[in-house]
Amino acid sequence: MAQTAYKGTWVKISDTILKVGERAPNIPAETAKVPLVMHLNGFLLTDEAQLGDRATIETLSSRIVTGDLIEINPHYTHSFGRFIPELGEIGPHLRKALEKEVEK
Amino acid sequence: MTAYQSVMARKNEIMKKAVGIDYDRFELEGCAFDYERMMREVGYSLDEIKGIQQRTRVGRTPLIELRNINRLIKQISPAGKGGRLFLKDEAANPSGSFKDRRASVSVYQAAKLGYKGVIAATSGNYGAAVASQAAKYGLKCIIVQETFDSRFVGQPEIVEKARACEAFGAEVVQLSVGPELFYYFLVLLEETNYFNASLYTPFGIAGIETLGSEIGEQMKDLTGEFPDYVVVTHAGGGNLTGTARGLKRVGAERTKFIAASVDLRALHMASDVDFNRKSFTTGHTGFGIPFATFPDRSDVPRNAARPLRYMDDYLMITQGEVFYTTEMLAQLEGLQRGPAGNTSLCAAVALAREVPEGTTLVVQETEYTGAGKCPTAQLTFAKSNGIEVRHGRREDSVPGKNILIPRNPEELGYERVDMDALRASYIKQVIKQYQKTRFSETEIAFLQEDCRIDRQTLEHLTEKV
Ligand SMILES: Cc1ncc(COP(=O)(O)O)c(C=O)c1O
Repeated sequence: MAQTAYKGTWVKISDTILKVGERAPNIPAETAKVPLVMHLNGFLLTDEAQLGDRATIETLSSRIVTGDLIEINPHYTHSFGRFIPELGEIGPHLRKALEKEVEK
Repeated sequence: MTAYQSVMARKNEIMKKAVGIDYDRFELEGCAFDYERMMREVGYSLDEIKGIQQRTRVGRTPLIELRNINRLIKQISPAGKGGRLFLKDEAANPSGSFKDRRASVSVYQAAKLGYKGVIAATSGNYGAAVASQAAKYGLKCIIVQETFDSRFVGQPEIVEKARACEAFGAEVVQLSVGPELFYYFLVLLEETNYFNASLYTPFGIAGIETLGSEIGEQMKDLTGEFPDYVVVTHAGGGNLTGTARGLKRVGAERTKFIAASVDLRALHMASDVDFNRKSFTTGHTGFGIPFATFPDRSDVPRNAARPLRYMDDYLMITQGEVFYTTEMLAQLEGLQRGPAGNTSLCAAVALAREVPEGTTLVVQETEYTGAGKCPTAQLTFAKSNGIEVRHGRREDSVPGKNILIPRNPEELGYERVDMDALRASYIKQVIKQYQKTRFSETEIAFLQEDCRIDRQTLEHLTEKV
């Protein structure tokens, strides 16, 4: 994967919004002990930045925001998942139930 | 004062500028405010909304009878029982859910008032709806979503929403788990001066009324009558409130409104650990119960979604049952739709087996489906988070530990939420918020309306809490 991004590249930055200790009162302990972190995509404004560098971007709503460069040309990887046997049998089973009714 | 505290302290001021509504005008006394006046003066008439929605191709979705599922219901119902299900196919809206109805009026309002952009805090379908509408009106759009836990593992359904928002040209601010999302939302409102396209303004709720009125009219056309039941996937309460108001507007006085949520009561909504232990990001009790018992917890001073005013019954089902029903809809009716939207279908199938033959039940919406937002994706994700997925019955279901898939349709059921217990916790919240137990006549009248109970029941419940 490319380590350097140049001005105009679509990138993802990360920034800490609230540090541990600055978080709201009355949140569960497991949430209080980690910072509130933001990820944001945009076009790189900095001339050149390496992964991990501070970098400034222009977002899709034209805001200028600075954070740590964490991804270059970020893309989506969510999928349809794997085959789930318990689901796979539902369709055939229900269709059989209706076929039987037609035979009767 | 920390940055967090000082921003939170300016909350009301920021919100007033960001929604263009002076809510103080509708306050009556103590806990009471004039709900109908707010809806009348701030919202739009049904015809105005229809006009707004037609221009952006929102609404007027098909309503169809689920003939094959109805045959199945007959098979598994006792003699003389077995209702007829009808489905309102809201996935046919531009961004794939009924949320377009809400967004259409909010974004129209933002454009009319001259705002340069809109912001919404949502991890769900509403983000895509606002983004789509903003594209049509040429407004800038920011969607703030709670996306991932502290390992930066994102909920697949929410990640899919981010993709959809970006596809419509919106900026997506993705945050880790925590209620301080609201703090950052306020920061962004102050920075941009954009319109808060809140889910809970009178605009948003008025936008849903057309869903109710269309159901009324379409059922009249198909069956000659208004439906006996409308089953509604319930979370923040706008869906139920708007739909019920719309049906009442066209004269459906006897229709009963049944809320349905996935039971996730065991999981904490602000927990970094529980976040990825759930397979549903909406239509569950984590929103459904708190928003019914304390609607004004929302991002506006007075929430226009007030579900207890319209809810006749509230049924909870399991995650596994909804996945089962999602397969049923695809394989028997040829309609592949998203699981969260099928929450109401799932409850409706179980309910249909108990009602007299010929009873009509409208499943009030569907949502789009796709990568990240379909049973196989969500169950694969569940397994990767240590959730056990297997066959099993609803009684053994433990949210956050297992997801149990029924073996056959007879195993679909529900657990009823005690409506009086819900009302009692509403009253408890009012007592806590307003620090009093004695209420004026105006307040009593308001509480009766907001809980839909008579005076005697109100007194009885107040005494109990
Ligand atoms: C598809 C779908 N159905 C139902 C709901 C619940 O609506 P509400 O939050 O208004 O109760 C939502 C949103 O949360 C949704 O996206």
